[in-house]
Amino acid sequence: MENKIIYLDNAATTKVRKEVVDAMLPFFTENYGNASAIYSVGAKAKEALTLSREKVADLIGADPSEIYFTAGGSEADNWALKATAELLADKGKHIITSKIEHHAILHTCEYLESRGFEITYLDVDEDGIVSPEAVEKAIRPDTILVSIMFANNEIGTIEPIKEIGEVVHKHGIYFHTDAVQAFGQVHIDVNEMNIDMLSASGHKLYGPKGIGMLYIRKGVKIRSFVHGGAQERKRRAGTENIPGIVGFGKACEIAKDTLDERIKKESELRDYLIGRLEKEIPYTKINGSRTHRLPNNVNACFRFIEGESMLIMLDGKGICGSSGSACTSGSLDPSHVLLAIGLPHEIAHGSLRLTLSYETTKEEVDYAVDELKKIIETLRAMSPLYEDFVKKNK
Amino acid sequence: MYSEKVMDHFQHPRNVGEIENASGVGTVGNAKCGDIMRMYLDIDDNGIIRDCKFKTFGCGAAVATSSMATELVMGKTIQEALKVTNQAVMEALDGLPPVKVHCSLLAEEAIHAALWDYAEKHGITIEGLKKPKSDISEGEEEEEY
Repeated sequence: MENKIIYLDNAATTKVRKEVVDAMLPFFTENYGNASAIYSVGAKAKEALTLSREKVADLIGADPSEIYFTAGGSEADNWALKATAELLADKGKHIITSKIEHHAILHTCEYLESRGFEITYLDVDEDGIVSPEAVEKAIRPDTILVSIMFANNEIGTIEPIKEIGEVVHKHGIYFHTDAVQAFGQVHIDVNEMNIDMLSASGHKLYGPKGIGMLYIRKGVKIRSFVHGGAQERKRRAGTENIPGIVGFGKACEIAKDTLDERIKKESELRDYLIGRLEKEIPYTKINGSRTHRLPNNVNACFRFIEGESMLIMLDGKGICGSSGSACTSGSLDPSHVLLAIGLPHEIAHGSLRLTLSYETTKEEVDYAVDELKKIIETLRAMSPLYEDFVKKNK
Repeated sequence: MYSEKVMDHFQHPRNVGEIENASGVGTVGNAKCGDIMRMYLDIDDNGIIRDCKFKTFGCGAAVATSSMATELVMGKTIQEALKVTNQAVMEALDGLPPVKVHCSLLAEEAIHAALWDYAEKHGITIEGLKKPKSDISEGEEEEEY
């Protein structure tokens, strides 16, 4: 396996499925017409747009008319938050979210704070779970929106969305969920789960980059975010990214057909990987919930070592992973998620996230763990923290 | 993002380890920020650095700068070692990305901290050496996992 790439960073992005690429290609050079046009190359694009919308809606039990295509998950998050805030500013200026959201939510919230809104950032427990009780306690008469992610992108914890949605609806408030990481990986039903708005992205489920969507429940009156033409029921202007939308639709169709089989296979492999890390690498802590966890997510901290050096050495062996260390986050602090679940800085610096795909094999996982063991040993032998620890415990 | 030299020193770090009964040991950095460097010096009676070893907890650049720093001070006099600045370490590594410049500062500080320790142990003053900032987080209560 020396020369092969072992790609274990599927939470960052995924390889586009061949069927998806094949479905997209004709829409670049053959059916390239503008979906708003009257002639047949445009009509074919329009038809594909309609069909794709149905496939995306189908994956979450929504009506196709409730799906609005965007340029990705971040745009959908920005739209949901900013447009709701603008729409309901007269009613109230309080929004509730959590401390472990993606930056697309957190930085949008910070922006809204600068515009006079008040944001409550809920704590999570040591598994990264937001409790519905905490949501209810934070609700005030001027609360206009609650936004809690479906599943966390770093530690894989799945939130009690249905229960949170129930609480939020009891108080007549809108409920948005950033489902970028969960969409197509676990079962989602927007009606059953009391979701009013949901953000998703194409490239996390073997679809193309640059395409995503915001689900907006019928009756939720948020306004357009991108002004211009009449596309997307006048709510999101701009000529539709038809190849992207077709790819996204195809990816959703396959995701739905293969969901149960992937969940079973990936969670088995995930648990096998976690088991090996815990058993074979001392001073390891698995982050995130053991039971409410994305099927493809493994996140661990290895004490006394730092994440970036671990990633470079893994890369040297052809293994792609990611870390929440300061050096990889571009700031001096390690990941806000790892700090929010209560990890001390020095332990959070030694985190590693490995995320599987439907194609990941047991052989690849074994190779990755075998190499990782050697790398951690090398780095610990170099670590003054480990030296102190060993001397102290002699 | 890293130069070939940085990658080489990260993947094949020189002089990793400890020196027993070292003439001077200096530890700088802070686990909170994700970098700790410990430098060991063995200095002979003529004030020549005979051996130098390091241990580092940190990113690729932190390891590479420590490794390069040990090479640069090896065989030098104390005064020459004082001239090994962060700039010198960076240049020897063919540069560092802007966000990693602090790693080279840490390497310079680690040398100074080890020399300071040597001076204190021997009751001498090294001209031009200021007390380095030892920025190790206090009371590292370790949780068990």
